[in-house]
Amino acid sequence: MRVPPGVSPRDFSEALKKFEGAIGKEWVFTSDDDINTYRDSYSPFWHEAEEPIPSAAVAPDNVEQVQQIVRIAGAHKIPLWTISTGKNLGYGGSAPLLGGSVVLDLKRMNRVIEVNDKNHYALVEPGVSYFDLYHYIHDRGLKVWIDPPDPGWGSLVGNALERGGGYTPMRDHFDCHCGMEVVLANGELVRTGMGALPNSKTWQQYKYGFGPYVDGIFSQSNLGVVTKMGFWLLPEPEAFLSGNVVVGKHDDLFAMVEIFANLMNSGIVLATTTVVSPLAYGPDPELAALRANGSTKDLEDYAARKKIGYWSVSLPFYGPADVVAAQWEYAKRKFSAIPGVRFEDRASYRFPLNDDQLAKIVNPVPFGVPSLQTFSIGGPRSQGHMWFSPIIPMTGEAILEAQKVFDQVAKDLSLSGGSVGGFPVWNFFARAFVIIYFFPIEHDVEKNRKNREVFRRLIKTAAEHGWGEYRTHTAFMGDIMDAYSFNNHSLLRLHETMKDALDPNGILSPGKNGIWPKGMRKARA
Amino acid sequence: MRHLAKTYEKGKGMKKARVVRAALVLLCSLSFAAAAFAGPDDAQIEKGHQVYNKWCFPCHGTGAGKPGTASLAARGQKPAVLEERTDLTPTVIKAFVRHGVLFMPTFRKTEISDADLDAIAAYLTRNNKP
Repeated sequence: MRVPPGVSPRDFSEALKKFEGAIGKEWVFTSDDDINTYRDSYSPFWHEAEEPIPSAAVAPDNVEQVQQIVRIAGAHKIPLWTISTGKNLGYGGSAPLLGGSVVLDLKRMNRVIEVNDKNHYALVEPGVSYFDLYHYIHDRGLKVWIDPPDPGWGSLVGNALERGGGYTPMRDHFDCHCGMEVVLANGELVRTGMGALPNSKTWQQYKYGFGPYVDGIFSQSNLGVVTKMGFWLLPEPEAFLSGNVVVGKHDDLFAMVEIFANLMNSGIVLATTTVVSPLAYGPDPELAALRANGSTKDLEDYAARKKIGYWSVSLPFYGPADVVAAQWEYAKRKFSAIPGVRFEDRASYRFPLNDDQLAKIVNPVPFGVPSLQTFSIGGPRSQGHMWFSPIIPMTGEAILEAQKVFDQVAKDLSLSGGSVGGFPVWNFFARAFVIIYFFPIEHDVEKNRKNREVFRRLIKTAAEHGWGEYRTHTAFMGDIMDAYSFNNHSLLRLHETMKDALDPNGILSPGKNGIWPKGMRKARA
Repeated sequence: MRHLAKTYEKGKGMKKARVVRAALVLLCSLSFAAAAFAGPDDAQIEKGHQVYNKWCFPCHGTGAGKPGTASLAARGQKPAVLEERTDLTPTVIKAFVRHGVLFMPTFRKTEISDADLDAIAAYLTRNNKP
């Protein structure tokens, strides 16, 4: 039997018996076969002793059972690691950061409590996946859209708490939440925002309630267990229109991104897209040679000859058909300031889509339809992945600097370089870009070690240039928190002050986002 | 249901076996002994179809954007759509679900219970030759 760190086998057995009494023996998992299903399927520590494997898992059905579990864990100082659907693959999956933790699996708490398509919101439990809520809405013919992230089996609650992003105008998932219910480490139940008002009629309609707005401290943290969460939904739009902007010169990037940022910040473009260089992809050997050794002029000439452009950005518009058409026309007018710019009309849809239309769309996620299409990203023999994802300014200069800096890391470490804009640059969040860089996971110890080394080097290099990651795999949470070090790590010290006050026994998700309980903290250099 | 209809056309032997089993169960009606004949039956296969649609189809189904199907096709597995296979065994199906393979992760009992997994296995083996 695995035992949590610092807990005696006798104490642990006693706690397990109490867990069984609270939620039923069937929902306390301790066998090797069951524990195996809680390991991170995309662990960067495959076949290494460092892989954090849980000691047990407990799966409550309701909030009262969560309160009982937390109280039992507190009495026995058992570390719990909370998961919702446990499918946060690429970021740790269902496995804890601290080996030996007991996974608090909230998947059984999968109730859709309310969907309102007049005021456009939902209230759900953590076990509700994007697929679940989509089908709930679809089956009832409600006129609202959810905003799924790429993997549809994720939890709305979990993804929002991890501050994930989607593709529609509701793409910032934490920003689009409204109201939480939280079990604190002492078992006390708290409702935030208007939920603190008994019989509140506006829990999912007004975020702030009265007094300090505390919702943020429960995101990317280990200060409570969120058991309900409200979300604003998008009224089903009438139409979607996408237009592609293509520019031919390397330096056109500066004006292109400046105009794009203006459109974003003016509310003309409100959904997720990516700035790409068509030169960064494609198997043409001539292009591959130019990427590795060609000059900027060579690449510009190639782009002109092949009519593919040096840079492009696709603009997504959602709304009434005449409005989205007008938005595209306005955008074209703005981008026309760039000499030689070209415009391409892309996809255009009227909603709702019928089943035949949907079946033909490879990636329906931007249309509020969850999918698992994203898992094809590593190819048919992929064994998993993780992501390096720094936030950079929304400027052309920042894109080029990031490309240069990260290419240099690749060269220093003898990796294949010459990306020419090959780092996908996204606008999942307002006002800034995020680079989402793919790292393969393999069941190969040496390759994973090398990838971890590269990942850590990228974190440090990014920090040296003023770029920090928005989210990461559990394996790198400490490294990234360490980079957010202004004023001798004063932000982390504030987190720790809150941790000590709210969770003095240190039972909730030790190490999450670099926040450790007092007794487990390592001395800072 | 389309797939079930296909099953009946293709798997007359299985259908016969199910009829015999149903008759036996009928004889034992109101008897606890019925539980002893709890092999795959129509209800379990239909349940398996539902569970499959929820948990497996988004990756292993037909149509665009199904990475499980694409992976199996690229690796020469024929047919690549799991629902069309006739060579899977319950043991293999359960091993993949609980242990994962390549980029397919493990699935926990809180996601797919043992009973649901039995039903998936019944559904995916419905066309197997006896």
